[in-house]
Amino acid sequence: MSTKEIHGLFGDEEILLASAKELVSKGVHVKDVFSPFPIHGIDPVIGVPPTRLHIAGFIYGLVGMGLALFMFWFTLIMDWPMNIGGKPNFSLLQNLPAFIPVTFEMTVFCASHGMAVTYFMRNTIYPGKKSWNPDLRTTDDKFLIQIDLSENSMSAEEIEGILKSTGAEEITQK
Amino acid sequence: MSSHEAWIREPLVLGDKSYHDISNDIAKPIEGKANKQWWIAFAIALTAMLWGVGCIMYTIGVGIGTWGLNKTVEWAWDITNFVWWVGIGHAGTLISAVLLLFRQKWRMAINRSAEAMTIFAVICAALFPGIHMGRIWMAYWVLPLPNQFGSLWVNFNSPLLWDVFAISTYFSVSLVFWYIGLIPDFATIRDRMEKASRPISQTVYSIMSFGWSGNARAWHRFEEISLVLAGLATPLVLSVHTIVSMDFATSVIPGWHTTIFPPYFVAGAIFSGFAMVLTLMLVMRKVVNLEEYITINHIELMNKIIMLTGSIVGVAYITELFMSWYSGVAYEQYAFLNRASGPYWWAYWAMMSCNVISPQLFWSKRLRRNITFTFILSIVVNIGMWFERFVIIVTSLHRDYLPSSWSMFYPSWVDIGIFIGTIGIFFTFFLLYARTFPVLPIAEVKSILKSTGSQYKK
Repeated sequence: MSTKEIHGLFGDEEILLASAKELVSKGVHVKDVFSPFPIHGIDPVIGVPPTRLHIAGFIYGLVGMGLALFMFWFTLIMDWPMNIGGKPNFSLLQNLPAFIPVTFEMTVFCASHGMAVTYFMRNTIYPGKKSWNPDLRTTDDKFLIQIDLSENSMSAEEIEGILKSTGAEEITQK
Repeated sequence: MSSHEAWIREPLVLGDKSYHDISNDIAKPIEGKANKQWWIAFAIALTAMLWGVGCIMYTIGVGIGTWGLNKTVEWAWDITNFVWWVGIGHAGTLISAVLLLFRQKWRMAINRSAEAMTIFAVICAALFPGIHMGRIWMAYWVLPLPNQFGSLWVNFNSPLLWDVFAISTYFSVSLVFWYIGLIPDFATIRDRMEKASRPISQTVYSIMSFGWSGNARAWHRFEEISLVLAGLATPLVLSVHTIVSMDFATSVIPGWHTTIFPPYFVAGAIFSGFAMVLTLMLVMRKVVNLEEYITINHIELMNKIIMLTGSIVGVAYITELFMSWYSGVAYEQYAFLNRASGPYWWAYWAMMSCNVISPQLFWSKRLRRNITFTFILSIVVNIGMWFERFVIIVTSLHRDYLPSSWSMFYPSWVDIGIFIGTIGIFFTFFLLYARTFPVLPIAEVKSILKSTGSQYKK
C-alpha cells in the first residue's frame, strides 16, 4: 500500500508549533493539526484563514432586530392597536421606548442561535457524526500534525526527517 | 519551561499536573461508580423534587387558591422564588461571559459548574411564572401567535411580557454557550473510553460530542464563537435581571416604584449567585477531589466578588431609604418605615444582617481564605437574598392604600412544598450532572496550565 498521509505526534504544543513553522518554511503543506486545546499562533502558520463567524453573527443580530420591529408594528400598530396606558398606539417610532427590551432580546436570541448553527455547520459537527482525529490521544495530551503527501512534492522520507529532527515522538504513515 | 505569568500571582492549578493528569482527574467521577454519600444525597433531592412535583400537580388541579395568597397580597412566594432562582443563575453567566471578556483565568476552574447551575436555576425559576398563571394550559398565550380572539395579541408594552422574552432568551443562550464548551470535553471522554468495555456510555458520549475532532480550524472557530457569545451574554445577563426588576419598578406600588431597581437587582443577583456557586463548589471540590483545581485562591477571589456586590446591595438599600424620605411622598415614606418596623420587621432585619453586614467580614483575608467560614457565609447570603425578595414583594403589598384591606401573608403547605420541590429539582439535576458531565472544562484548564500551573511557576 502506498503512503498517503504522514502523522507526526508531539507531546507539547510549543514543540509542535516550532515543528510546523520549520515544515512550512521548507515548503511543506500541513493539512491539519489536531490538539486537545487551541494552540495559539498555529492558525497563520498552517494557513487557517480568519473566521467570518462574527460577521455572520452580526447579520443574524440585524435579522433578529428587524423581526422584532416587524412583529411590534404588525401586531400592535397595524393589526390591532390598543390603548395601553395612553401610549402612542398609532406609531411604531413613538411607542418604541416600550419595545426596546424585547428588541434587544430578539437581537441577542437570533445572533447567538444563528451563530451556533453556523458554527456547527462550518465545523461539520452534529449528533451522530463520526470523529476523524487520526489518533485518539489528540483529545487527551498529544498533538498531531497531519501531512497529505498528494499535496506535497517532497518525499515521505524528507518530511519524516524534518518531523523527527523537530521533536516528533511518533511518526506514522497511512 | 518557565511560566509566562508574573510570579507574584498564585498558581491556579496546583500539584504539578500534566495534560494527561488533568484529563484523568476530571474524567474520574464519570468513569468511576457513585459512592454511598452520592446516593443518599440523590435520594433526598429526588424525594424533595417528587414532593414538589406533587404540590405543583395539586396547584394545577385545584388552583392557586391552595397558596397562602389573598386579595391584598396577590404575589408572594411564587415571585419571591422566581426572582431568587433567576438571581442565582446570574453568577454562572457572569463567570462564563464577563470574566472571559476580562481575561480572568481563574474562571476556567469554575465556569462549567457555574453555567450548569445557571441552567438548573433558570429551570426552577421558569416554573413559577408558569404555574402562577393558574391555568397553565393557556401558557402559550404569552407568545405572539396569530389567533381567533381578535385583539388578543400580546402586549409588548408590559414588563411581564419582556420577562417571557428575557428568560427564554437567557435560558436558551446559556444552554448553547454551555454546550459549545462541553463538546470538546465530551470528545475527550469519548476517546478515553474503550468501546468494548462500556459500549453504551461510549456511544452516548460519542453522540454528545457531535464528532468533535479538535482540528485547528474547529479550535479557531471555537475561540471566536466563545468570545462573541460572551460578548452577547454579558449585556444579556444584565438585561435579564433589569427586566425582572422592571416587573416591580414600572408599577405604581410604593416600595416598588423606584429607578434604582435595575442596578440594585443585578448586583443582588450576582451576589446571591456567587454565594450559591460557593455553596456547591466547596462541597464538590471535596467530593470529587478537585481541590488542586478549585483552590483557596479561587475561593478568595469569589469571596471578593461577594464582598463587592454585597456592598453595592447595601448602598442600594440605604439609597432606597434615603430616597423614600427625600421624595416627600407619604406613601413611599410609610412603605419603608413599615418594612423596617412593621409586622415584617424580622424579615427586613434578617435581610439587612445577612446581605449588608455579613459580607463585610470578608475584608479580613483570613476569613476570605477560611473554607468553613466561607461555606457558612454562602448559606447566610442565600437566605438573606431570599428574604430580600420576600421583603420587597410582601411588605410592599400587605399594606394596601385602604387600611381596611391591610392583611398578612402566611404560606400554605403547598407554597412551602413547591419551594422545597424546586430545591430538590436543582440538586437532583446538579447531582446527575456531577456524575455524567466533565465538571471542569478539561480543554480550557489545559490551555492555562503553562501560564499558571504550579510546576511552571517554580
